[in-house]
Amino acid sequence: MNNASLGNIARFVLLLAAQVLIFNRIDLFGFINPFPYVLFIILYPVNGNKMGLMAASFFLGLLMDMFCNSGGVHAAACLVLAYYRPAIFKFSFGLSYEYQTVKLNDTLTPERFSFILIAVVLHHFVLFVLEVFKISFLWDILVRTVLSTLFTIITCIIIIYIIKPSKR
Amino acid sequence: MQQIFNFILKNSNRLLFLLLLVISLLLTIQSHSYHKSKIISSANFFTGGIYERVNNINEYFSLKSQNEELALENARLKSLLFNQKDTTKVAQLDTIKGVKKTDIIVSKVIHNSYSVHENYLTINSGEADGVRPDMGVINSAGIVGIVDKTSKNYATVISILNINSKINAKIKKSNHFGSLVWNGKSTGFVQLIDVPRLAGVRKGDTIVTGGQSIIFPENIGIGTIDKVYIDNVTNYYTLDIKLFNDMTNLGHVYIIKNKDAEEISNLEKQNKNDE
Repeated sequence: MNNASLGNIARFVLLLAAQVLIFNRIDLFGFINPFPYVLFIILYPVNGNKMGLMAASFFLGLLMDMFCNSGGVHAAACLVLAYYRPAIFKFSFGLSYEYQTVKLNDTLTPERFSFILIAVVLHHFVLFVLEVFKISFLWDILVRTVLSTLFTIITCIIIIYIIKPSKR
Repeated sequence: MQQIFNFILKNSNRLLFLLLLVISLLLTIQSHSYHKSKIISSANFFTGGIYERVNNINEYFSLKSQNEELALENARLKSLLFNQKDTTKVAQLDTIKGVKKTDIIVSKVIHNSYSVHENYLTINSGEADGVRPDMGVINSAGIVGIVDKTSKNYATVISILNINSKINAKIKKSNHFGSLVWNGKSTGFVQLIDVPRLAGVRKGDTIVTGGQSIIFPENIGIGTIDKVYIDNVTNYYTLDIKLFNDMTNLGHVYIIKNKDAEEISNLEKQNKNDE
């Protein structure tokens, strides 16, 4: 049990609790909810164990599904995001991201913002496609994806600034 | 053999991804069919327990409106009692209009969703209180939904705001039947489809449950007609119905136990077997 894995477990529990108890109840305009629990996948250490991340995000999504009565929708969306995370890293930070020490919970730079944006859009698009599950509601899927993405990103950035470790 | 192991080791990430993806997609597909898996629902011990604890706190914020609602219903029931013509007959417990041969379980909504296309409620009574799948759920204003999954102490309810729900309903005045569905757009409105063109429909007419199902008794309020249009494909009326219930704010609900339900469904099953 080292420091990093303890931090991961704490983030897992706290973000899930905050999502279920607070953010699922917002219902802005009746249908927009932010999903800041994806921060767990976004903030997972860059060089951390990939299989561990995939298993953890799958169970995170599955627990969300239990609370939302939604089958396996969140689990699938989280899993897709966890699998494509290295690719998004490569796109946002350049090829050699693994050798740099990329720290996400720090001041917002264009690279960090683009990473969060792509990750959230990918997660939400998969989520709403599977949740609605009907091609005739395509317009509805897009509207929900765009509005929820905006809302999620704002909440995520606020949370990152709140939990940012203080500089020495 | 060595090569197979090498392949698995080399692609372990991808294989794990595919395996978990298949599991989650299976769960998703299952959840979109009417009868879904029992484990992934908020009726289980863990999620139901958390929702109940949170609801215990939230309840305090709506105590006043809940009290008013209950007082209003008491007044209505009292008036029914006092206005009975034959005073020698003692009123039965179940004097809610139209309820017969049924028993009523009082329960409380501990989790309510209305922002997605397939909405479910969680209530805090389960098999231990006699709740079984496919029982009707109403409150003092009108219908709420149908019980879907039950555990020992909790149950999930398919809300009428669920695009998979389909309930038999009729126009109170003319007794024309239709199916009550939801188009997924507004939480205040549902649709009554397949109403024959013969039916005289007017804005403001009352819609109640029909007597064709064993889930709901006849004449339980649903809403009033808000808009009338003709379906281009089927040439039947489609009616927009404004709900009596505010589905975004539910407190106490009643679960209707139909004592004849088992007998009727057994009989229907027998008929099917004979064919």
